Amino acid sequence: MATLQTPPGAGEAGPGPGQPFPAAGPAAAGLPLSAGGGIAGGGGIAGARSLRRMARAITANRKATVGTALLVLFTFIAVFPGLIAHDDPQAEIYPRSLHPSAQHWLGTTSFGQDMFAQVIYGTRPVLLIAVGVGLLATIVAMLIGVAAAYLGGAWDGTLNVFTDVLLVIPLFPLLIIIGSYLHGAGTAVMIAVIALTGWSYTARQLRAQALSLRERDFLNAAKVRGERPLYVICVEIIPTMTSLLVAAFLTNALYAVLFSSSLQFIGLGDPSVTSWGTMLYWAENNEAFQTGLPLWIIVPGLCIVTLGAAFALLNYAFDEIGNPALRPARSIRRRHVKRAK
Amino acid sequence: MRFVLRRSGFFLLTLWVALTLNFALPRLMPGNPALAIIGKFRGGISPQAVKVLEAQFGVGTHQNLVAQYFKYLGDVATLKFGVSLTTQPGASVGRIVLDAIPWTLGLVGITTVLAFILGTGIGILSGWLRGGRLDSIMPPIFVIMTVIPYFWIGLVLILIFGVKLHVLPYFFSYNFTLTPGFNAAFIGNVAEHAILPAFTLLITTIGVWILTMRNTMITTLAEDYVRMARAKGLPGHRIMLDYAARNAILPNLTGFAMSLGFVVGGAILIEEVFNYQGVGYLLLQAVNNTDYPLMQALFLLITVAVLFAILLSDIATAILDPRTRGAG
Repeated sequence: MATLQTPPGAGEAGPGPGQPFPAAGPAAAGLPLSAGGGIAGGGGIAGARSLRRMARAITANRKATVGTALLVLFTFIAVFPGLIAHDDPQAEIYPRSLHPSAQHWLGTTSFGQDMFAQVIYGTRPVLLIAVGVGLLATIVAMLIGVAAAYLGGAWDGTLNVFTDVLLVIPLFPLLIIIGSYLHGAGTAVMIAVIALTGWSYTARQLRAQALSLRERDFLNAAKVRGERPLYVICVEIIPTMTSLLVAAFLTNALYAVLFSSSLQFIGLGDPSVTSWGTMLYWAENNEAFQTGLPLWIIVPGLCIVTLGAAFALLNYAFDEIGNPALRPARSIRRRHVKRAK
Repeated sequence: MRFVLRRSGFFLLTLWVALTLNFALPRLMPGNPALAIIGKFRGGISPQAVKVLEAQFGVGTHQNLVAQYFKYLGDVATLKFGVSLTTQPGASVGRIVLDAIPWTLGLVGITTVLAFILGTGIGILSGWLRGGRLDSIMPPIFVIMTVIPYFWIGLVLILIFGVKLHVLPYFFSYNFTLTPGFNAAFIGNVAEHAILPAFTLLITTIGVWILTMRNTMITTLAEDYVRMARAKGLPGHRIMLDYAARNAILPNLTGFAMSLGFVVGGAILIEEVFNYQGVGYLLLQAVNNTDYPLMQALFLLITVAVLFAILLSDIATAILDPRTRGAG
């Protein structure tokens, strides 16, 4: 939020509400209680084993199942848009402002483009931005957060102040300012800008987790063995953070979907790229509601919501897996009843 | 007091970073924004505006960067933000911004307070009645609510209540046929125009309050002193309010202090969608018109508001919760 995200006070680690920007609120709400290392990292869990554990967790938790299914669906559409929609999304070749029909499932825009094709082809840029920002922001946060915790001393102090400053500068206005100087940010630029301004919240979480690990025996053992710092960070510390990293990836991806769509909606994206946010931009500029084309606004918006929900559901599911206290009491009770029968 | 001093130092540092960003961004970007504007409005902007641009972006002034930087800092310190280039050509940026602030404070400020009170109340109940109907409906709804772009909810509400049902206005903050003044007709009209944007803001921000309050309530309800209160046979509402909620409300309170800072710049897209002439709407107008002096001043205003609120919320936390004083 504010949004979008960045609710923790500069000084304290406890996340709280309070950034009424688009997206930052959810980015914060996504991980309400796991900031202080709620996910206990066992020493030296092999990556494969924790992956298998994750797969089991996904099938056992309904939120996780739905989220994964949605994500797989969107990925398929993003990779093979041509299999689903047969029109060129940009071509202005049809009669204008048609109502939905068998030919044009969602009708056409007031430029004469097929709206269904636009929605389908618009999936790829959004998903690219989501995954790109998710990965890049999480990696930057990991490098900075873990380095700060591991190196300690002056390094920790400097990196910490850097993180905190970025954390409290209101992100969405900052993105608007940067966007206005860029004059139409394409997908790659969008990824870079959102990721490089939005990593600080994750960095704080990862630093806290790394700090809590610092005095564990398995790290001392590695040091005594004479391992290099890079080895210790990559092989000993980072694998214990797998669940936290996955959660951070999901939060950042969600936040990227909402922020990039918002920026595109106000015309700061590249208007020639077909994506859900730019569809909304053109629809709003052509008064879609007043000219009887409500689907032009409703459908891209619903797509954003559904993709965002996929990331959010997965995130909540991981939070529940990490922090059983948050699981809905009802389903726990139901499970007991079932077992009793 | 050391705590307050340290937080104030951090406040100043962040303020300096924001100022420097404002100064450095246009100079780092490809192409010179000042030249671009002068080219775009060839002959269309006043010599005074050209001078402002030159000063602001260091074109044709033959000053080196360091001198420009200190001049910029000096200007900001004395609240000289120059004149608007294109939004209201020639008008002082300070004047334009001051005209927009009351609208945003009224709309977003009141809605923020409402969202906090309602959200905290529902959160207390939801945590207290954990496992009840309220609690099982709420979280899934808010998973969905938090992923809906604000502006899109605004658009859908416009479609339903404005375009289809014709029951509520959705353009600007009052009807142009009325002259602003302190009379019932005008105030009623302003209130009517505020309903849709305020409702949009309310339903998009209330979820975080509910969720945070609920989760802290659940943690607090597991504490020994709550069990003790139950064992003493105290009535439910006393345990809920005096024992659990009173202790669980801290994150929400500090969050509230912070969210007051986001009032100024927090509803940019909602103001845009409803053409509500507040600070956020003005910012986007400045962006669309490449009115850089206005844009920079607004960014600074929004940032300073947030920084102040964070400073206040840190101090409030330190006063309310002694455990945090050592940290940070």
